[in-house]
Amino acid sequence: MGDSSTKKSMLSRLVPLLTSLARRGLAGWFIAIGLIMVIAIVAMTLLAPWLSPHNPSAIETGPPLSPPSSQFPLGTNKMGQDMLSRVISGGGIMIQVALLSVVICMAGGVPIGLLSSYSGGTLDRILCLIMDSIYAFPGLVLAIAIALMLGRGVVNMALSIAVVYVPSYFRVIRSQVLSIKEMAYVEAATATGAKGHTILSRYILPNVIPSIVVVATVNFADAILTAAGLTFIGLGVSVDIPDWGYDLTVGRGLLTTGVWWVIAFPGIMVVLLALGFTLMGEGLSELWNPRLEQ
Amino acid sequence: MIQKPQHLLTVEGLTAEYCAQRGRIIAVEDVSFSLDKGETLGVVGESGSGKSTLGLSLIHLVPYPGRIVKGTILLEGQNVLKLGKEKTRDLRGRRISYVFQDPMTSLNPVERIKDHFVELIRTHEPKVTKADAITRARKLFKDVGIQPERIDDYPHQLSGGMRQRVMIALALALDPSIVIADEPTTALDVIVQAKILDLLKSLQNRYGMALMLITHDLSIVLERSDKIIVMYAGRIVEQAPSSTLYTHTQHPYSQGLLKSIPNIELEEQKLTAIGGSPPDLLHPPIGCQFWPRCQYIMEICKIKEPPLFKTGIDHLVRCHLYAGETSG
Repeated sequence: MGDSSTKKSMLSRLVPLLTSLARRGLAGWFIAIGLIMVIAIVAMTLLAPWLSPHNPSAIETGPPLSPPSSQFPLGTNKMGQDMLSRVISGGGIMIQVALLSVVICMAGGVPIGLLSSYSGGTLDRILCLIMDSIYAFPGLVLAIAIALMLGRGVVNMALSIAVVYVPSYFRVIRSQVLSIKEMAYVEAATATGAKGHTILSRYILPNVIPSIVVVATVNFADAILTAAGLTFIGLGVSVDIPDWGYDLTVGRGLLTTGVWWVIAFPGIMVVLLALGFTLMGEGLSELWNPRLEQ
Repeated sequence: MIQKPQHLLTVEGLTAEYCAQRGRIIAVEDVSFSLDKGETLGVVGESGSGKSTLGLSLIHLVPYPGRIVKGTILLEGQNVLKLGKEKTRDLRGRRISYVFQDPMTSLNPVERIKDHFVELIRTHEPKVTKADAITRARKLFKDVGIQPERIDDYPHQLSGGMRQRVMIALALALDPSIVIADEPTTALDVIVQAKILDLLKSLQNRYGMALMLITHDLSIVLERSDKIIVMYAGRIVEQAPSSTLYTHTQHPYSQGLLKSIPNIELEEQKLTAIGGSPPDLLHPPIGCQFWPRCQYIMEICKIKEPPLFKTGIDHLVRCHLYAGETSG
């Protein structure tokens, strides 16, 4: 994490942003709340080494399966690991995976969507068919299948999630481009002799960016959940690294014996992080769509 | 055969069609005309008469599913329809530029006005620096009557009239030989309309380009054009110098258009409308396209489509009433 001066300048920029968002009504509040949730969780994960009271991976920090108490506010798990420390540091992998998958998705889905809808014809038909068939699969099942083929690891998890979400980008971009392509300014650009790639990069792409951002936030939320799902069934990363998804797996078996704290707190974190992104996405699309529809 | 003097633009037998799902629509049929340097041509017709398709044909940009079936378009002796991809791009914007109907949506909302100029100028003249392009844009802004500082604005910060001025400035940026203005003032109110049209005319005098003014409003072009083409159902029904068309209107359709212009000098007057509506181009009438709405209808009109009859110097009319005159 950066030094205090950059933190201060970030904060001083964030506050006016949040207040200006709040003035935009419900959608603004959605974005502001979502943004705060996401920033708080990411900051917590980044600062985990300093924040966590114990080493999250050290076993027998306390008595195994002790319920929340003043010493262990969120209790301990079967191996006596401190749940508070595990909750604080357990988001790292998930956030990395989600971030990477969104980047891969965008890098794939956006150019394919642009190319497909701009060129039209047979290429468009074929790409639509491929994308629709990916889309037809249940996302998690497909991600599991791909993760199984690729094996464990952050990059592999990100890749398997990315494949599932490329069609969402493709669809949104394609439909947007189809309407923007008909706009008078695109025709006017053609009439002034603009080249095809100029029209794509300067007239069409900037006008679809709002939609890309909206899909990306929703994609983020989904990627978090899918990443949790993959770790839950053991396709995540090594068990040495604290991870909410892994704790969910362990906690599931314990729940029937009345040990609720092992599964509850990591579960809440996953939900909060996904909710933060979803709120942002909903707010952004609410805020931008009226303008897009003009 | 006498060698014809070369015009700036010569269009011969231009025919363009749209292949709709329900059938073929011939939007422009066998249109021929010429345009000289510094001349203004008015193209008048109602919606669907093919006037916009005609305009777009000149820069080879008839939108899908339309295509040019036959004819030649000679610009300075070069056939526009036979140019390669690169040459066609060079034609658009540099040699023939186009001012579209709706200034509200004809500018890219995410780019500043100056970037439109930089992009346009540098597309055609890659050696021009960004700073030079902006200098040129400022000068053009002065010419079209907008404060040069406004080039830093985004399109939404300008009014409709200003945006159309910007479009005109863009159209002039590369000093084209022909500017096609397709209903340039339809989306604007009457006061702004007159200003924009006068601006176009004064700029034409300064830049010396030929102007093709496409409109549905005969009154707009009567006083501002050198010659006028009246189109109906994709065909030229009357073509004449403006003054001739005004004083010796011959085609019943043109007469109808002229009678529907209000005259402020008359105390009281009845405006006459042309009854009926334009023909369904999927199922055009046999014979003359105008006969179902014509008040001078004769038997021959329903059987045979009239050719263009030459009724005077540069005056052509597509009507059987003038069959006595020499055929052009």
